[in-house]
Amino acid sequence: MKEGRIGANGTWVGASVPRREDPRLLTGRGRYVDDLTAQGMLHAQFVRSNEAHARIVSVDLSEVLNVPGVVAAFTADDLNLRDMVGVMERPEHEFRVTAMPVLARDRVRFAGEPIAIVIATDPYTAEDGLEAAVVTYEPLPPVVSEEAALAPDAVLLHDEAPDNTYVDVTMFATEGIDAVFDDAHRVIGVDLRSGRQNALPMETRGVVAEWIDRDEQLLVRTCTQIPHTIRDTVAACAGLDERQVRVIVPDMGGGFGQKSCVGREEVAAAAAALRLRRPVKWIEDRRDNLTASFLGREQHYRARAAFDAEGHLLALDTDVICDMGAYSAYPSTAAIEPMMAAVEMPGVYKLPAYRVRARAIATNKAPTAAYRGVSRPQCVMVMERLMERAARELGLDALDVRRRNLITTFPYKNSNNITYDPGSYLESLNLCEQTLREEGWYERKAEAAASGRVMGIGYACYSERTALASTAFSERKPRALVSFDMSDITMDMTGSVRVTTGTLSHGQSHETTMAQIVADRLSLPIDKVKIVQGDTDKITYGFGSFASRSIVIGGGAVAAAAVALTDQLRILAAHLLEVDTDAVELDGEGGVRVRDEPERRLSYGDLAFVAYLQSPRLPKGFGPGLRASGSYDMLADGVFSNATHGVVVELDPGTGGVRILRYVCVEDVGVAINPQVVEGQCRGGIAQGIAGALFEEVRYDPSGQPLAPSFMEYKVPTAMEIPDIRIEHLETPSALTESGAKGAGEGGTIGAPAAVLNAVNDALRDTGVEFDDTPISRELVYRALENGPVGPGAATPAH
Amino acid sequence: MKPAAFTYHRAGSVRRAVELLSELGEDAKVIAGGQSLVAMMNYRLARPEHLVDIAHVKGLAGIRRVGGALHIGALTTHHAVEVADLTPDFAVLSRTMRWVGHLPIRTRGTIGGSLAHADGTAEWCILAVLLDARIVVEGPGGTRRIAASDLFLGPFTSALEPDELIVEVVFPRRAPRAALTEYAERRGDFAIVAAAVDLDGCPEAPDIPLVVLGGVAPTPLPVRLGPDFTGTTGPGRFGEFATAVADQVQIRDDTGVSAHYRRGLVRTLVERACEEAAQA
Repeated sequence: MKEGRIGANGTWVGASVPRREDPRLLTGRGRYVDDLTAQGMLHAQFVRSNEAHARIVSVDLSEVLNVPGVVAAFTADDLNLRDMVGVMERPEHEFRVTAMPVLARDRVRFAGEPIAIVIATDPYTAEDGLEAAVVTYEPLPPVVSEEAALAPDAVLLHDEAPDNTYVDVTMFATEGIDAVFDDAHRVIGVDLRSGRQNALPMETRGVVAEWIDRDEQLLVRTCTQIPHTIRDTVAACAGLDERQVRVIVPDMGGGFGQKSCVGREEVAAAAAALRLRRPVKWIEDRRDNLTASFLGREQHYRARAAFDAEGHLLALDTDVICDMGAYSAYPSTAAIEPMMAAVEMPGVYKLPAYRVRARAIATNKAPTAAYRGVSRPQCVMVMERLMERAARELGLDALDVRRRNLITTFPYKNSNNITYDPGSYLESLNLCEQTLREEGWYERKAEAAASGRVMGIGYACYSERTALASTAFSERKPRALVSFDMSDITMDMTGSVRVTTGTLSHGQSHETTMAQIVADRLSLPIDKVKIVQGDTDKITYGFGSFASRSIVIGGGAVAAAAVALTDQLRILAAHLLEVDTDAVELDGEGGVRVRDEPERRLSYGDLAFVAYLQSPRLPKGFGPGLRASGSYDMLADGVFSNATHGVVVELDPGTGGVRILRYVCVEDVGVAINPQVVEGQCRGGIAQGIAGALFEEVRYDPSGQPLAPSFMEYKVPTAMEIPDIRIEHLETPSALTESGAKGAGEGGTIGAPAAVLNAVNDALRDTGVEFDDTPISRELVYRALENGPVGPGAATPAH
Repeated sequence: MKPAAFTYHRAGSVRRAVELLSELGEDAKVIAGGQSLVAMMNYRLARPEHLVDIAHVKGLAGIRRVGGALHIGALTTHHAVEVADLTPDFAVLSRTMRWVGHLPIRTRGTIGGSLAHADGTAEWCILAVLLDARIVVEGPGGTRRIAASDLFLGPFTSALEPDELIVEVVFPRRAPRAALTEYAERRGDFAIVAAAVDLDGCPEAPDIPLVVLGGVAPTPLPVRLGPDFTGTTGPGRFGEFATAVADQVQIRDDTGVSAHYRRGLVRTLVERACEEAAQA
């Protein structure tokens, strides 16, 4: 085993290698967008709509330009940018094409929508400029709820979307499903809503854009998860060739999906920089991030499930409504939440018959983008509530009901037409329960009850399809298909390599984990490997990082490129050593040797010297130089990470307070490239899941005004609210991926809300009250406990 | 979230600060720790034309015992009170500081700033009323003392004149059996309800616990029960006492918090404050 290689097989992969990002990030040497500057840089802010829904009668910026220090102000007409339009290749009755203008033109559809960009010498003056703008509105009735959006006489947000419906798909519809319900021993219902949330990256959105004459390029330095898509979109909106836009992404303080869409402000700031030929910076402030950024998660599920007397799930029929807000975001479109919900709903459970109708509706709220987990937290809530309720109504143990229904033979093709690769669904549940039992939580719960305290234990089982690529996304039929990733690798004369990736680490440690993958392939120390990301001029193409795709797809591409480079090294070494290529091998010490004569060896540096500086010695057709490329696509349905979460809560009858006493997560992401990084992902995800279950909600008043413009109102939990989390690893390596790894980015968030919900309901089991909605209202917990136990019986959902 | 333009003045003395406030009138605001004011300015909810910074005024920070009383300088931070040894007579002040925001806020925010800001759920405002504090104020005409019960006129509204500066807060009587507790969904938030109690009551009714509530009225709300509760100092009667307090206060339904729930919180928190005070 070599120094620093502490993985099980003496490899980098599997070792908790210290994060290569940490020295700079932890010592304040990270460079985020707001750290960047440029000669003569100006600062932008946006005139935003005061109204949730209105026609714009006029936008008068004349007084804005009179504010000392304001340099320019532009409306949609001034900049004349092409709209952003995301398209699904689906029939019109399933998907309505609607446009999102970069700046609102004649209509505003949510309070906070950008109407004009004001550019000034400093950010303070820019805000002074905003106050001088005069926008005249002709108010329209605000549509702020599902019920209002779907009302027969509702005002339409988009003329192209009748019934305020962007997406309406009915899928799967297993033949004979109605008969299954008719004949079922018991039909269980769940009616469940999840609150609107903000993905809440610690770093808000932001951009510095400038035109560089020499490069004939608009340089856009922005914090995004999707640099190439930003490049393509800025070019398209501004009428430039793609070569004329370069996107560079500096260090990022998170994205969580909010930065996986093209921001209207990013495009507008870039266009203003182009127009003014001066650098323009826009940094989103927290108020704008909380009210006018991309949001997510507001959904309503009505599910019916048929069970037999032993608790076997026979059929599921679900109606999903996703409140996508005012626009179909680009490029993900308003289909992102309903399609994910429809396709992924069954999760870890065998489901013989399935039907789902999934809709995306338009309301006068800030629009929805991906948020870590995308619909799957709610799908898991639906399934886990069904398991609990079925157990209760059938008089069975809720964990036994789960065990009867968990998929245990793999590969398994479910009624959602997806084939699941092997996982540890049952094993993770068993280990999670065993862990909580061994830690004594069941006894403590019983003791607590005896002394008048109220404790509950809840579980959630789930799998998460990760590494969605061409096969998985094709089924959803977007016009622009997210699929492969490609990498280029070059070796220099010191034997070091630079490897590009089209994925984009915004906190996931790819500089470390992908270097681990490459280092193993080339038998190099990890500090000889540099991962290059986030620059559209250095990386041919890529889709960025979201949907837990990076370590499988991006990792697969860097591995393929590294392997291709090893082929180059072997060909060159064999030629120079005058043996067949088959007769040489990597020696594990940074060189290539003749297999049967290990003393005959050339180091990578020797080989690179020849490749670059002694080209006459190269074999015919080789090089020059030492470089290679690779790509990767997931042609299977994806690979499924799985986990069981177990939560112990205590409720305070005096306040309705909910305290998490213990959190255990038993997870399986296949081969963990870097277990410590996986745990970090897991913990952060769980914190965000707890936030959704217990704390955060973006609420609006009846006129559509957002009620949470600061962290006073938007209750992101802090370290005081998030408990210690115990994480146990199981490892079911994927046979479908380059490293045996599965995606690990979103899982924690997916399981936590359901587990917390179930724990609270377990604590309330004698009160006759059950919660299905999130976030859980403390007042309703208080009211549930106020009247004391009513004894076991039919529970009433608390809405 | 950038404030509107303002002129910054740094006062080197109380006298200079008062002079500046007199000159600048209602367009000026005093800034000390800035923990409430700066946030409001960043949201442009507050737009003072002038800021008079008193952070560098010497002698305004510090805690002194004078006879049986405790004097706390206006610039004393919450954290300084939290870590001060005030046992046993004024330990309630130190213990209560754990409820004030988060640690970074406590290292900047000051007692004078909190009282002047006059948030009805702020811990200092509730404590001041509970313990009958005297707010020592310097103005153009000299020094005056305002009783805490006269300081708070409404939400974020105090009896301070625009040209007056809080220089010191005097807690005149010892309170070894007092406590404050509160509830919010997140630690560090302003309370939905805060309850403070002094089991030894007040000089007018020394044997009946005095309660001051935050979160149920625009200003800290003192609640005094009748002679039925004389001698309610033992745990056996705290529940009954708390229920009587909760039944006595007028509470209205509010967005997101019904009167019923808030009343329940009052009952719970008064009882818990009594228990904590009894163990103090």
